[in-house]
Amino acid sequence: MSGGNAVELSGVTKIFGEVTALDNISLEIGDGEFFSLLGPSGCGKTTSLRLIAGFEMPTAGEVLIGGRAMGHIPPYQRPVNTVFQNYALFPHMTVHENVAFGLEMQHISRQDIRQQVGEALEMVRLPGMEKRRPKQLSGGQQQRVALARALVNRPKVLLLDEPLGALDLKLRKAMQLELKMLQDKVGITFIYVTHDQEEALTMSDRIAVMDHGLVLQVGTPHEIYERPATRFVADFIGETNLIPGEIVAINREVAEVELARGIRLKAPMVPGATVGRSVTLAVRPERISLAAAPGPEGMNLIEASVFEVVYNGATTSILLRLESGIVLTVRQPNIAFAVEPSDLREQRVRLVWPIEASSLFMEKTPVEQGKA
Amino acid sequence: MSPTRPARDRDSQGPEERPVLLRIASFLYLRPSLVLALLLGPPLVWMIVVYLGSLVFLLIQSFFSLDPFTGQVIRVLTLATYKDLWTPANLDIFFRTATMAAVVTVTTAVLAFPLAYFMARYASTRLKTVLYLAVLLPLWSSYLVRVYAWRLILAKEGILNWFIQQLDLTRVLDLLLRAPVIGGPSLSVSFLGMFIVFVYVWLPYMILPVQAALERVPRSLLEASGDLGARPGQTLRHVTLPLAFPGVIAGSIFTFSLTLGDFVVPYSLGNSSFFIGQAVLSLTGTAFNIPLAAAFTVVPMGIMAFYLVGARTLGAFDAL
Ligand SMILES: Nc1ncnc2c1ncn2[C@@H]1O[C@H](COP(=O)(O)OP(=O)(O)OP(=O)(O)O)[C@@H](O)[C@H]1O
Ligand SMILES: [Mg+2]
Repeated sequence: MSGGNAVELSGVTKIFGEVTALDNISLEIGDGEFFSLLGPSGCGKTTSLRLIAGFEMPTAGEVLIGGRAMGHIPPYQRPVNTVFQNYALFPHMTVHENVAFGLEMQHISRQDIRQQVGEALEMVRLPGMEKRRPKQLSGGQQQRVALARALVNRPKVLLLDEPLGALDLKLRKAMQLELKMLQDKVGITFIYVTHDQEEALTMSDRIAVMDHGLVLQVGTPHEIYERPATRFVADFIGETNLIPGEIVAINREVAEVELARGIRLKAPMVPGATVGRSVTLAVRPERISLAAAPGPEGMNLIEASVFEVVYNGATTSILLRLESGIVLTVRQPNIAFAVEPSDLREQRVRLVWPIEASSLFMEKTPVEQGKA
Repeated sequence: MSPTRPARDRDSQGPEERPVLLRIASFLYLRPSLVLALLLGPPLVWMIVVYLGSLVFLLIQSFFSLDPFTGQVIRVLTLATYKDLWTPANLDIFFRTATMAAVVTVTTAVLAFPLAYFMARYASTRLKTVLYLAVLLPLWSSYLVRVYAWRLILAKEGILNWFIQQLDLTRVLDLLLRAPVIGGPSLSVSFLGMFIVFVYVWLPYMILPVQAALERVPRSLLEASGDLGARPGQTLRHVTLPLAFPGVIAGSIFTFSLTLGDFVVPYSLGNSSFFIGQAVLSLTGTAFNIPLAAAFTVVPMGIMAFYLVGARTLGAFDAL
């Protein structure tokens, strides 16, 4: 059924003894796509990659690469290469020998190997390091060697397992950009594992957000950030304010949510919402603004008191408490302020945000909780 | 200060109030070299006096000579003893011993590798413990007893011959025993038998370091190799073996030097062709030529030094 898919997982489950690492997940990853698997530690990201690479066999379901079912095809016959979480460079080989390894296994002529290795090292901007051993390289350089070692084989799909995990922030940012440009250039499908949401948002064409062996949402960075499918996704990707309440009225496209004491907020309707349900209303800190006067129609308005103002450099975070005790964060860019934020401390202020900037998530009813 | 002051409040304690142990600890903490000296001193003294000291005496002894008439050691440095050493008969002994040591080493390495590989890669924790015990168990009983037991096993009337008869392979054995040099009247009096026993007694010393080396090879390297298109055999040749090689070298240092210096096995299973150990034994015993015995002992040390330098040039320690 899939022609243009580089990789497809269909109903894949992986069980290790007692642990269900992957629970019936299905993914379709397009040709040439930069696809990220994002999720907290232990959610099954590495396991997914290992299933695609062939180091593990699925307990149930199927892995397809280029439309071909992989069944029990061993790793050395799969058209994929991996950049390992810890690089896994061969310590007894030089950089050149490491990069040449894959080509040598294919019995390519010595001359071609030298040329292709040279090109690959140039591509990752590491020329002149051929004779060094992995131990004599910095973390970032090792990472590039690992990348060159995989790319030189021109795989159909490149699997990257937190390749930037060990690098410091600055180098990490630089490598993110480089990786992205490299992927554009070589046109290979990248499946990129990370638990850093910012990294995933920056680099990916599409992201799959995972938790506890489940895929919660697949979408573009924009969709994932702006329209999170679940409360977990909203909370995991970026910062978000979560306000509990109960639906008290539904007017066509808009649901009205009551927090404690008659305070109401509005949010776009979602399927399954009914009057009387407990919900969580989510809104991003940067979508909220402080208002002098009540906003126009179509805005949410709520009063809160400022208890802390935190300067972050590019932005300022204002922490506020609602009357119900819920803490909200408002984040504003540090450009011209109407009021100096630090003067706001201990003040009561009005917060406004557009109705469509809020998302609604159903709280599980006790029955559903029992099932999950 | 009030008497209810909490005892753990370190800041409020004057230095004069500190317990003695704490003061000793601080004193030592500020002088790491003193700690090092205290730690290393005793074993170092032991090493230098007992170990290196006796080696130096051995070396000096080998440059003394024996008065051929009185049988007294002449305590004058000379090369005369080394000239005595340089006879065709003695060179034969060196060659024979070194060849045996080399063959035993290669054989133990070949036998040890699969077991060590299994222990490191596939065995469960429990099975691994059992295998460790199985490898080490023979070392718990006396080495003399085990060699003697092997002599009985290999004897003409022994259990091995009986098995060979049952399997109808007596002719094969006879053919082997009729071979020059390695053969003999029976397995218990032949180089072949000696070789079997040497391999048996030194095998644990090869298995353990090779297993330790294999254990240290991260699984991710083997996966990376497969990922890059290497079939299992290619991974073994290009990744596993090179990384396990330092372990093989470590094991071979044991098996090689232990075979070079051994006299029990040649004494129990050999014929009139001496090995180095036997020569040293007879020189210290009946012949009482201590300088020549010392010179004999210097030779395996030289061979070992040569071996280690060779191993290093071959890059055996590169992956360390
Ligand atoms: N070989 C294994 N045996 C048993 N359990 C395993 C094995 N490999 C993974 N698991 C379990 O499967 C789950 C998913 O592991 P996985 O390595 O895929 O997580 P991850 O998302 O890569 O996490 P991280 O971000 O920490 O690397 C974890 O609960 C882990 O303990
Ligand atoms: Mg992982």
